[in-house]
Amino acid sequence: MIVKRNKLNLWERLYLPAIIGGFKVTVRHFFKKKVTMQYPEEKWVVPEGYRGAPYLVKDQEGRTKCVSCQLCEFVCPPKAIRIIPPGPSGAPDAGNVEKAPHEFEINMLRCIFCGFCQEVCPEEAIFLMKDYSLTGTRREELIYDKEKLLALGGVHQDRIRKWKKKADEAQAQGLAP
Amino acid sequence: MPMLQKTEPKAAPPPVEKIKVKVNGCEVEVPKLTPDWQGKLVPTTMIQACAAAKVDVPHYCYHPKLPVAGNCRMCLVEYGTQALGPDRKPVFNPDGTPKIAKAPRPAIACATPIAPGMEIYTDTPAVKQMRQGVLEFLLINHPLDCPICDQAGECKLQEYSVDYGQSASRFVEPKVHKPKRVDLGPRIVLDDERCILCTRCIRFTREIANDDALGIVNRGSYNTLTAYPGKTFDNNYTLNTVDICPVGALTSKDFRFQMRVWFLKETKSICASCATGCNIIISSREEKIYRYEPRENPGVNSCWMCDYGRLNYKWIAREDRLAQLRSPKDQVGVRQTGPDGRERPPANSQAKWGAVLKEISGILERAESGSVAIIASARQTNEELYLLHKVAQRVGAITDSAPRLGEGDSLLLNADRNPNSAGARLIGIAGEPMGSNLARIAARIRDGRIKTVVVFGEDVTRHGIGADLLGRLDLLIVSDILPNETTRLAHYLLPGCAYPEKRGTFTNAKGQVQKFMKAVEPPGEARPEWELLHELLFDVAGQDGARSIEGLFNQMTAEVPAFKGMTWAALGDLGARANT
Repeated sequence: MIVKRNKLNLWERLYLPAIIGGFKVTVRHFFKKKVTMQYPEEKWVVPEGYRGAPYLVKDQEGRTKCVSCQLCEFVCPPKAIRIIPPGPSGAPDAGNVEKAPHEFEINMLRCIFCGFCQEVCPEEAIFLMKDYSLTGTRREELIYDKEKLLALGGVHQDRIRKWKKKADEAQAQGLAP
Repeated sequence: MPMLQKTEPKAAPPPVEKIKVKVNGCEVEVPKLTPDWQGKLVPTTMIQACAAAKVDVPHYCYHPKLPVAGNCRMCLVEYGTQALGPDRKPVFNPDGTPKIAKAPRPAIACATPIAPGMEIYTDTPAVKQMRQGVLEFLLINHPLDCPICDQAGECKLQEYSVDYGQSASRFVEPKVHKPKRVDLGPRIVLDDERCILCTRCIRFTREIANDDALGIVNRGSYNTLTAYPGKTFDNNYTLNTVDICPVGALTSKDFRFQMRVWFLKETKSICASCATGCNIIISSREEKIYRYEPRENPGVNSCWMCDYGRLNYKWIAREDRLAQLRSPKDQVGVRQTGPDGRERPPANSQAKWGAVLKEISGILERAESGSVAIIASARQTNEELYLLHKVAQRVGAITDSAPRLGEGDSLLLNADRNPNSAGARLIGIAGEPMGSNLARIAARIRDGRIKTVVVFGEDVTRHGIGADLLGRLDLLIVSDILPNETTRLAHYLLPGCAYPEKRGTFTNAKGQVQKFMKAVEPPGEARPEWELLHELLFDVAGQDGARSIEGLFNQMTAEVPAFKGMTWAALGDLGARANT
């Protein structure tokens, strides 16, 4: 395709009006509020609903909420999640929940922060939090294990505590939870 | 085996009386009588007619191989029969078709016999409402703990909830709680809250396993499945109740919390723990076997398998599996392990195999007739035994295999614990009776007449050929899966594959030739025995056979009279009977 070049008229050829026009923009911004952020000293306010790194959470009683149902491992598009279930003995300190992951790993290099794991989780045990800048010096450092994910995830304030409700109901009916 | 004989097809079936019925408007012709779980001919039921018309009727308590209980009410359908006038004669519509009088009430499809001209409706709004109602009742006291339930993913309650369930529960009262994590027996854990009281497990253990150990106690919504007080649920068939449990009430201790079922790859295989050859499905994920489940084969194992065979798979993933090719020349190589901890084949594995097999074939070529003995194993496949037999014929070797006996029972477990004794006999590699040549071989080693012994998959030191005799040999070639005294003494050690790591066929005690597929990869340098035997035979005899298991099987059936007429493809999932 040939683009036709129009000839410049006299005003355009004068050169100075364009310079002045440019300076006008510069000077206007010089007196405006500054928008440049001194990252990383200065941090950005992460908006609500931002999809950052997925972490595991504990409930108010300090129990790992994950029951290793492995739905997140199944749904994860880049296969970043790897769970080792507890095996026949289950999780001894999980009470009536019976199950907790033996090992839970998320490869943050693989994770695409899509949020499917949070959406699929039937126990509200994994949430995409606000961390966006994950760095490490080796690949292995960015495979987060269960302890690290739980420490980063913190405690989730549950409104519906279904396992506690089940245990209380069973106890009221004379059955050990 | 009373149960199995009944389900076997008869040689000359008598003419079958057929009935025509309509299922959702489509006419199907079904036999008037159908064999029940005992093989006794009973009137065909509506659920069987629907199955013949390829219409799925949801059900929980009905199982084709168990007595009918009719307690879950999930299979309710509407139906109509031919209307009769006051003179007991059929009434016809103006267009000449028979008039159908719709029954005022629905009926359970699993226990209602069909009649000529009957019309069954499974897709009416009323039927849908009934299914929704039944499901709502079943879910009233169900704990809905699918995230921690091992049945999730293969649960009938989940499946039908998707089809007929409600998104919200109308039940606001506290649910009835029942015992959880009940230790029912050495292999079974029971969760009573999940139980929907279909009584499949009770019927199975009473009627099929002949161990009346389970029952339901208490009344109404407090109905609880339990073992007889003071008794544990412990027979050799308990894990079948886990298979037939439509929900997650009965779970296997072995598989409990190990892996979610939707990750498992299912491979059709054959159980190799005894000569019955139960058809199984091997469930594996990432080269690890998680469980065995029975696969239906009416002529062999019906829908069942024994716990002994089902749990006999852990040795396949043992750490000390033989994974390295060893020849007298080479040094002990550096072992390479993959990220999963299993051994990896070194880069030059194939070249190494080729060189070693060339060496062995050279030695066998030069060996004088009568100086070689070949001891095969009845745990090997038909194809491997056939190739080994050919090698033996070529070098003029004396052959045998070792018997392996245990205690059998009247249901499925055979006293012969070799999966392929019949194959070894039919191919002609076993002594008559099996194991009778072993003493002869021992004597000839002592005489010094036998100088070379080839052993496949047996520890011959346990069968009368001790370490002292093996020490006298010029050459001991051994192929095996796990280390033992014989493999320790071997000059050439060829690591082989367990049956889930290769393809092949077994001939069971009744002569049924059945094929099995490969589920997982072998460790390290291990190779399927048929492959290396084929290469060896090619080197020894200079004749090329088939390079695939299909071709090899077809070549074998052409040469072995007992397998005449069979092809790999025609074996199908159920196998074919050998001409014995």
